[in-house]
Amino acid sequence: MLRLEKLVKRYPTGDEALRGIDLEVPAGQVMALIGPSGAGKSTLIRCINRLVEPSSGRVLLGQEELTSLGAGALRRARRRMGMIFQEYALVERLSVMENVLSGQLGYVGFWKSWLRRFPQSAIDEAFRLLERVGLDTMVDKRADELSGGQRQRVGIARALIQDPEILLVDEPTASLDPKTSRQIMRLICELCEERGLAAIINIHDVALAQMFVQRVVGLQLGKIVYDGPPDGLSAEALTEIYGEEDWSATIRKVEDEETEPPADEDTTSPLPDRERLAGIT
Amino acid sequence: MPVGGQGIARTWQRRARSRQFAIWFGWLAGTALFVYCWQLISETTIWAFFWDSPRVAADIFSRMMPPRWTYIEVIWQPLWDTINIATLGTALAIVLAVPVAFLAARNTTPSATFVRPIALLIIVSSRSINSLIWALLLVSIIGPGIFAGVIAIGLRSIGFIAKLLYEAIEEIDDSQVEAVTATGASRSQIIGYGIVPQILPAFAGISVFRWDINIRESTVLGLVGAGGIGLQLQASLNILAWPQVTLILIAIFATVIVSEWVSAKVRHAII
Repeated sequence: MLRLEKLVKRYPTGDEALRGIDLEVPAGQVMALIGPSGAGKSTLIRCINRLVEPSSGRVLLGQEELTSLGAGALRRARRRMGMIFQEYALVERLSVMENVLSGQLGYVGFWKSWLRRFPQSAIDEAFRLLERVGLDTMVDKRADELSGGQRQRVGIARALIQDPEILLVDEPTASLDPKTSRQIMRLICELCEERGLAAIINIHDVALAQMFVQRVVGLQLGKIVYDGPPDGLSAEALTEIYGEEDWSATIRKVEDEETEPPADEDTTSPLPDRERLAGIT
Repeated sequence: MPVGGQGIARTWQRRARSRQFAIWFGWLAGTALFVYCWQLISETTIWAFFWDSPRVAADIFSRMMPPRWTYIEVIWQPLWDTINIATLGTALAIVLAVPVAFLAARNTTPSATFVRPIALLIIVSSRSINSLIWALLLVSIIGPGIFAGVIAIGLRSIGFIAKLLYEAIEEIDDSQVEAVTATGASRSQIIGYGIVPQILPAFAGISVFRWDINIRESTVLGLVGAGGIGLQLQASLNILAWPQVTLILIAIFATVIVSEWVSAKVRHAII
């Protein structure tokens, strides 16, 4: 359903973030993308909806080649791809409802959206989604009044109201505590199953990824070095992705799923690197 | 930073010696320049006037007291004009400054090579000319009166509002803009949802702050014939009607206090 062919991204600084990625994600598959910081995970999913322009190669969503679209067609194509962010990226000063409805921006005209006159069908769907993610009592709260987990739920509802075919999920749990991380991952995966959505989930927490996804792709220095089932991640595979380390603790957790995973190494969650995301705005 | 010494007793200084010396020399040069300027000013001062000044000040003060309270009947109208000049001028400036700010901000300008320099030029030229000078020009172009005052205040404020606003636009959180872009929003929707909510508090604060400044500036515009309380002030000064001058100064003082209070309240409510 989604196909990447020889995708390359070279930043103006000369850094090669992606070195010829070939990847195919069939409809309905939830895939985790793991790899060390700087491996190009964020760049990869941003090249798909062209928040970052790829340098060469092709991205195909269904039959449509995204890499050659003009501005208007790209906007229409973006409606088919919902995105969920590490730091939630909600519009902080708008209400929960406005944030969810902003997922409909691709479908309504400027004045309608400016005056908040969204079609009733969109409002119905927003209420349904907020109920589904457990925020039906928070509709009128401002986004900056919510906790991290609640914000990410709003982010999920915003992505789903686009009625997408695929979800691009960038470190959904990196700013959350272990319990909320699990809940959010479970929610994303359940929703993908309910709606038959494919998803690419960037994630640092290998154990968490193994718990929920059907397929794991390991990225290292812009190249795919592992592509297989979650339980195929042996110590050798992890060493190839991340480098030499004692992996016994990470692997043991797969067998014993009841153990609470340790706090994510990356809970400090640096803001998105402006240099790397240059050209987005 | 320079680290010296040997073995266990290693030394550390904040700056290298040459750098320390350069800084010391800079201070020396500054002090010398100050003393030289002081001497120049002292030579061109007519000291007889200077030593006389306390007596003259006391004399004028005694003539100014008590204020002529009945004169208040005459200055209500010009005072109201002054407030209107400030308010309408600020409104005019806001309308013109918002588009300029979006054209000047690095992250929203349509073209950094062509449009942005023009927007910056508008900002600089508006800011570099004091509103009193704008008023002087406009009184000779469109004639004396309140309208010239409104335009003068407006032209002076465009640069101020646009500059602070474009800096606010450049400091927004990009991830929110990115998220709105990812939904398939158009350029205008990205501005409406991703940027406007983020700069709204800054925008309100800047506008009210400028209105507060404009109240004070519009009190003097009358000195050059651009309407308002300044006209009355000059008329009273010309006929040496000191008690009237006192009342006008008190009225200006009260207006400014009220405007500062309002602007502080509004800013507090928004931010």
